[in-house]
Amino acid sequence: MAGSSPAAPSSPNARGPAAPGALLTAPDVARVVDRMAHQLIEKAGNGLPDLVLVGIPTRGAPLARRLAARVEAFSGTAIDVGTVDITLYRDDLRLRGVRALEDTVLPGSGIDGRLVVLVDDVLFSGRSVRAALDALRDLGRPRAVQLAVLVDRGHRELPIRADYVGKNVPTARSQSVKVRLAETDGVDEVRVTEQAEGDQP
Amino acid sequence: MTYLIKGARVLGGDPADLLVRDGRIAAVGASLSATGAEVVDATGLVALPGLVDLHTHLREPGREDAETVETGSRAAALGGFTAVHAMANTDPVADTAGVVEQVWRLGQEAGLVDVVPVGAVTVGLRGERLAELGAMADSAATVRVFSDDGHCVADPALMRRALEYVKALDGVVAQHAEEPRLTVGAQMHEGDRSAKLGLTGWPAAAEEAIIARDVLLAQHVGARLHVCHVSTAGSVEILRWAKTRGVDVTAEVTPHHLLLTDACAEGYDPVFKVNPPLRTDADVQAVRAGLADGTIDCVATDHAPHAVEDKECEWAQARPGMLGLEQALAVVQDTMVETGLLDWAGVADRMSVRPAAIGRLTGHGRPIAPGEPANLVLLDPTARSVVDPAALASRSRNSPYAGRELPGRVVHTFLRGVPTVTDGKATR
Amino acid sequence: MKRHLLEADDLDRADATLVLDTAAQIESALSGREVKKLPTLRGRTVVNLFYEDSTRTRISFELAAKRLSADVINFSAKGSSVSKGESLKDTALTLEAMGSDAIVIRHGASGAPHQLASWVRGSVVNAGDGTHEHPTQALLDAYTIRRRLGRLEGVRVAVVGDVLHSRVARSNVRLLHTLGAEVTLVAPPTLLPVGVGSWPAEVSYDLDAVLPKADVVMMLRVQAERMNASFFPSAREYSRRYGLDARRMAVLGDEAIVMHPGPMNRGMEIAAEVADSVRSTIVEQVGNGVSVRMAVLYLLLGGAPS
Repeated sequence: MAGSSPAAPSSPNARGPAAPGALLTAPDVARVVDRMAHQLIEKAGNGLPDLVLVGIPTRGAPLARRLAARVEAFSGTAIDVGTVDITLYRDDLRLRGVRALEDTVLPGSGIDGRLVVLVDDVLFSGRSVRAALDALRDLGRPRAVQLAVLVDRGHRELPIRADYVGKNVPTARSQSVKVRLAETDGVDEVRVTEQAEGDQP
Repeated sequence: MTYLIKGARVLGGDPADLLVRDGRIAAVGASLSATGAEVVDATGLVALPGLVDLHTHLREPGREDAETVETGSRAAALGGFTAVHAMANTDPVADTAGVVEQVWRLGQEAGLVDVVPVGAVTVGLRGERLAELGAMADSAATVRVFSDDGHCVADPALMRRALEYVKALDGVVAQHAEEPRLTVGAQMHEGDRSAKLGLTGWPAAAEEAIIARDVLLAQHVGARLHVCHVSTAGSVEILRWAKTRGVDVTAEVTPHHLLLTDACAEGYDPVFKVNPPLRTDADVQAVRAGLADGTIDCVATDHAPHAVEDKECEWAQARPGMLGLEQALAVVQDTMVETGLLDWAGVADRMSVRPAAIGRLTGHGRPIAPGEPANLVLLDPTARSVVDPAALASRSRNSPYAGRELPGRVVHTFLRGVPTVTDGKATR
Repeated sequence: MKRHLLEADDLDRADATLVLDTAAQIESALSGREVKKLPTLRGRTVVNLFYEDSTRTRISFELAAKRLSADVINFSAKGSSVSKGESLKDTALTLEAMGSDAIVIRHGASGAPHQLASWVRGSVVNAGDGTHEHPTQALLDAYTIRRRLGRLEGVRVAVVGDVLHSRVARSNVRLLHTLGAEVTLVAPPTLLPVGVGSWPAEVSYDLDAVLPKADVVMMLRVQAERMNASFFPSAREYSRRYGLDARRMAVLGDEAIVMHPGPMNRGMEIAAEVADSVRSTIVEQVGNGVSVRMAVLYLLLGGAPS
């Protein structure tokens, strides 16, 4: 995949041009990821080697890899990356139906005593993050857990807030925020559409 | 009471009027009139001699929760029957003059059809020693058909003796052809479907082997043999061969074996569990052809009522058998008439004339002609309806035709000039 | 996925693959964890309705349901419903009234799960019915093969023994066929059903001819009482012609594996040194059973019917 190289997350070669009307285009996404990487480095300080970036599939996983690559590029410190599939922890299975499971992969050194930053594409109701927190609890005991999201669109249903936000996007509940990434969708862009399908609670 | 039946198509022929008086057919002709007669408009209806069933389970005595002589008689009349043979596998078994006379009397009291008891061949249907066949023949029930139906008279020596013995009674042994050692635990026809469904198979050979043996025995001792519920293509071939050789053998086929196949077992609904089992499509075609060419002499229902708890359970635990009296004629119209295999005269022959002859019933299966007993059924062949088990007169609900659309409707039935069914409703 | 899992044919290739993939994900998600429990089915009730003794299958389903946080009720009802009072239907309606979301049923009568499924609104999982099917056993067998050999497509599986009475064989023939494997049934003709020719499998009476080509040898349990019904002359003759011993194991290919659904008759269909060899997956199959049954329960119960 053209966009799968962590060193060039926003490569202009990414397939498919961003259509007009996108809230964020590929260069915007790259800039936002870079900024979040700097913030991570700054906030972690001496604790940077303890940092683990854990993506929430589907799109949180490549985002976590990109962030890790940028943190490494800026700081020279190798960063552990993982993914945690939250499907079996969701509280809305009855409403949404079953889906295929995705990988849960943690660094060999585990997460006990470390700083885990959960990474997701869109923060909406907060339920995915709650499910991820439940999953993490079964996987180990981190020193602290933080949250990084590309887009915060509001409408929280739980007392959850992100520590790192790429972009705050005020939306109506009826709108839909769609993040596309080169690794999964062939192109980097974020757009807001009117139909409610594809909600990311 | 006198009835003037107007415009009936006798045996499916041209419309004619029938005058019924004092239990007999007084006249047949065009534009008959009779003062004081009740007129029955039979325009478009087919008139057949009252149907005769050689094989009915009325369950009384013993399982009155499943059927009684009265409810079974009502179901029979609604099906167009005027005589039914009540099988012997009751509790107690009809193996004595006392039991057959009891059943016969109950039939007389119900008064809807002539209930003709069948006597058991062996004591308790156990296949060990002959029941008192002569006493049953001499009783008020005048038994002529003897059968251990439900069980095969498997012992060849005993079968030979039975065949010989009933010659003196002008009787016939009606054999349930099932080699018991080949059908231990059998649940359905043995073939592709039993292999897939994991139900123990009932091989066609278990039926055919007994029929082959019995026709040879019947020929050897010069006796009459009747074969119950023929279900396989191989059985039809053996019967055809035997008849060619001059063996005095007759045979029956059930409505369900004319229509249904072992595919019905696929949902494991025990309403389709029956003995002998539903066979393959090739077998269905063969028994239809056998009935059409007379190799199989008659249709007999094997009407087998079962209480709900005996059918609403696991397939292996369910009792075999299905209802048949009320839909028999419809199924025969569907499978034989509408396919062009039999005309209405043929239906009269296979459902009335021949079964009456096999059972030695002198008052049934007679021509529709002046002087004959007025045992009649009038049916509307153009009607079509969906079978609703809840609407059946039988006390049980185990109809394999539930939800199925079938042709034909019995409108009127007369038993010796008395209406037992009028406008599709039983008169008592 | 259909609402019920009654027989292997309820799963098309995509469904069957989804079950295996899900089982693999669940297994990896739980591996090395202290807490072997997921909250997925919290608040759901799974009833194990067992009319036949089968401790291993019941425990496997119980563990699967509990690891998904479902409430589990074990209901043993030995003997037939007719002879022992309450009918299967009454039992089913009672369980449903108590709020069961799924019923896992083991029954001595072929077809009982089908009937149950027609009476209840929840999901029904067939845990073995008479001589009909045992679909989760086939799924765990397929899972085991895929883990050991890395694939199912084109894998040559010999199923050896009492095919006639085996629900494991029926389910495996159909599921393995769905998944692209090639099945050969090996048995004396008396232990093959009439009608086996319509199955998607080859048939052989000669074990020695089949073994060199087999990637998987699946041995079926042969009950000694079959001997008394003349399905074969003696246990010794059966074992000599159709048993898997060290001599026969030696002709297997290097990668070939030996499976058995258990419980084994050591010395009858399988020799002890075969059962305990590195080719044997028998213990692995038991462990895989839990993962596969978790996947089935998750996929049937996890969400609203689509």
